[in-house]
Amino acid sequence: MLSNIKFDDIWTATYETLYMTIIALIGTAILGVLLGLLLYLTSKDGIWESKTANAVVASIVNVFRAIPFIILILLLFPFTDFIIGTVRGPTAALPALIIGSAPFYGRLAEIAFREVDKGVVEAAHSMGAKTRTIIFKVLLPESMPALISGLTVTAIALIGFTAMAGVIGAGGLGDFAYFYGFQRRQFDVVLLCTILILVIVFIIQFIGDLTSNKIDKR
Amino acid sequence: MISIKGLRKVFTSENKELTAVDDLTLDIKEGEIFGVIGYSGAGKSTFIRLLNRLEEPSSGNVVIDKQEITALKANELRTARQDIGMIFQHFNLLWSRTVEDNIAFPLEIAGVPKAERVNRVQELIRLVGLSGREKAYPSQLSGGQKQRVGIARALANNPKVLLCDEATSALDPETTNAILDLLVDINQNLGLTIILITHEMHVIRKICHRVAVMEQGKIVEQGDVLEVFTHPKEKVTKKFVAQVMGSDEHDQSEELYYLIENFKKGKLIRLHFLGETTNQTLISQLAKNFPVDINILQGKITQTQAGGYGTLVIQFSGDSSEIEKAIQFIQKETSVEVEVIKDAK
Ligand SMILES: Nc1ncnc2c1ncn2[C@@H]1O[C@H](COP(=O)(O)OP(=O)(O)OP(=O)(O)O)[C@@H](O)[C@H]1O
Ligand SMILES: [Mg+2]
Repeated sequence: MLSNIKFDDIWTATYETLYMTIIALIGTAILGVLLGLLLYLTSKDGIWESKTANAVVASIVNVFRAIPFIILILLLFPFTDFIIGTVRGPTAALPALIIGSAPFYGRLAEIAFREVDKGVVEAAHSMGAKTRTIIFKVLLPESMPALISGLTVTAIALIGFTAMAGVIGAGGLGDFAYFYGFQRRQFDVVLLCTILILVIVFIIQFIGDLTSNKIDKR
Repeated sequence: MISIKGLRKVFTSENKELTAVDDLTLDIKEGEIFGVIGYSGAGKSTFIRLLNRLEEPSSGNVVIDKQEITALKANELRTARQDIGMIFQHFNLLWSRTVEDNIAFPLEIAGVPKAERVNRVQELIRLVGLSGREKAYPSQLSGGQKQRVGIARALANNPKVLLCDEATSALDPETTNAILDLLVDINQNLGLTIILITHEMHVIRKICHRVAVMEQGKIVEQGDVLEVFTHPKEKVTKKFVAQVMGSDEHDQSEELYYLIENFKKGKLIRLHFLGETTNQTLISQLAKNFPVDINILQGKITQTQAGGYGTLVIQFSGDSSEIEKAIQFIQKETSVEVEVIKDAK
C-alpha cells in the first residue's frame, strides 16, 4: 500500500487543486454577486425594474447553467487560448471554472438578496439613500450569512469541477488520480486523491459554516 | 407646514383599479401631532408613504416646509428625505448593525463626518433612553427598545417632520404608552411636527392635537381631538370613540336607571369634562369649600392633549342651598358642564 506514491507529485497536485479552487472561487464570488444583484435589482418592484434586462440576464444565467461542465471547457477552448495563451495547466482552467459556477452562485445570491427584509430597504430609501448605499450598506451586509453559505456550496461544486478539468489536462488531484492512478492501475493513488479531496471539502465546509454563523446576528 | 392637495393613488393590478387614496386634501400645522385613524385597508399606509414618495402619487401635490415634494427630481428628493424622519410598525432596523451603527446610518447617508457622527449618536442614545445598550444588536432588544432605536434613527438628521406608520401597533400596552410619551417629549422639546397613523383611538386620545378619520381613501371627518371626541359625526368616528369610552347610549340609560333606583337621597349630578385644564382638583375643592357630602357613583374620564374628557356621576347630599352653591361654583369657575339627573324632594 502507498508504495506507488511519489509524495512530491501529490503535493503539487494538491496545491494545484487548491489554487484552482481558491482563485476560481474569488472570481465566482465577484461575478456571481454581480449577476445576483442584476437579477434582483431588475426584477419586479426592484430599483432598476426592467422586464427586458431581467429576461436577458436570466437567460444568460440559465443557458450557462444548463451546459454540462465538461462541454463548457471544450466550448471555451478558443476563448481560454485567447486570454490565457494556453489551454493546459491550472491557470487555463480558471475561465471555464468561473464561467461554469458563477451563474449557479448568481442564483443563490439572488435568493439571498430576496430574503433581505423589504422594510429595511424601504427604511434606507426613506432616509434618502442612493442605490449604491443600498447595495453596499444594506443588501450586501444584510444578506452576508446567506451569501457565505451559498459560497460554501459553490466551492464544493467547484472542487468537483476542478477534478473534471483535470482529466483534460488542467492538473490537480483529478488529473493525478486519472493519469497516475486509473491509467496505471495504481488504485492506492486514486484512494489517496479521494481522501485529500474529501479533506479539502470538509475544511471548506467547516470554515464556511463557522463564518456564516459568526456573522449572523439575527 | 404640510399642505396636501388633491392627493390620489390608484393601484392597477390585473386590470383592476383600486383607489387607495382618493382626492385627499389636508393641512397640517407646524409643531402639531396630527393623527390619522382608520380601519385596515382604509389607505393610511399608502397615504403616509405618498408624503415622502415611497409611493409615487397618481396625482395631486404635497408641500412640506415650503418645498413641493411632488415636484422634486430623484436626487433632490433624496436630500429632502433627510429632513423627513420615518418610523415603522416593524422597526425595520438593520440586524447586521449594532444600536449605535443603526442610528449612525442616516448620518452616513447624509455625509456627516465620523467624529461628529459619534457625538450625535451618543446624544440620540441618551435622548431615547438607551444608554448602555449601544453595542447591542437589534435581535438582543425588546420591541420597545427597537422602536427607540427606530426613533433615534429617524431623528438623527434633525428632521422637521416625523412620519409614524403604526409605530406602536406591534407593542404591548405598557410599552406603547412609554413610546407615546417619548413622542410627546420629542414634539414638545424639539418642536417636531408629527404625523401618526394608527387604528387605535387611545393612541389618538393620548397624544394627538388634531385627528383625521380615514375611510376608503378619503378623510371623512377631521378636527381637534377633543371636538371629535365630544361630537363625533360619522358612524366610523363614533365607533372609534366608543373604543376608548366604551359607552354606547343604550348601556348608559340602563345604568342610569339603576343609579336612580338605588341612590334616592340628595341630588344626582352628571359632570361633563370637556378638556378641563385649569381646574384639575374639582372634587376636592368642592369638598373643602362647601359643607356637602359627595359620593362618586360612576364615571369614565380619559386624558387627551387638551385635558380630561369624559363624564362623572356624583351624588350630592346635605343642605339643599349649599348643594345649589356648589353647583353654581362648578358652572362659574370651571368649564365642566353640569347635568342634574335626579333631584330628591
Ligand atoms: N402596492 C400595492 N398594490 C396594490 N394594491 C395596494 C398596494 N398597496 C396597498 N394596496 C391596497 O390599497 C388599500 C389601502 O392599503 P393600505 O396599506 O394603505 O391600508 P391601511 O389603512 O394602511 O391598512 P392597515 O391598517 O391594514 O395597515 C388596500 O386595499 C390595499 O390592498
Ligand atoms: Mg398600514
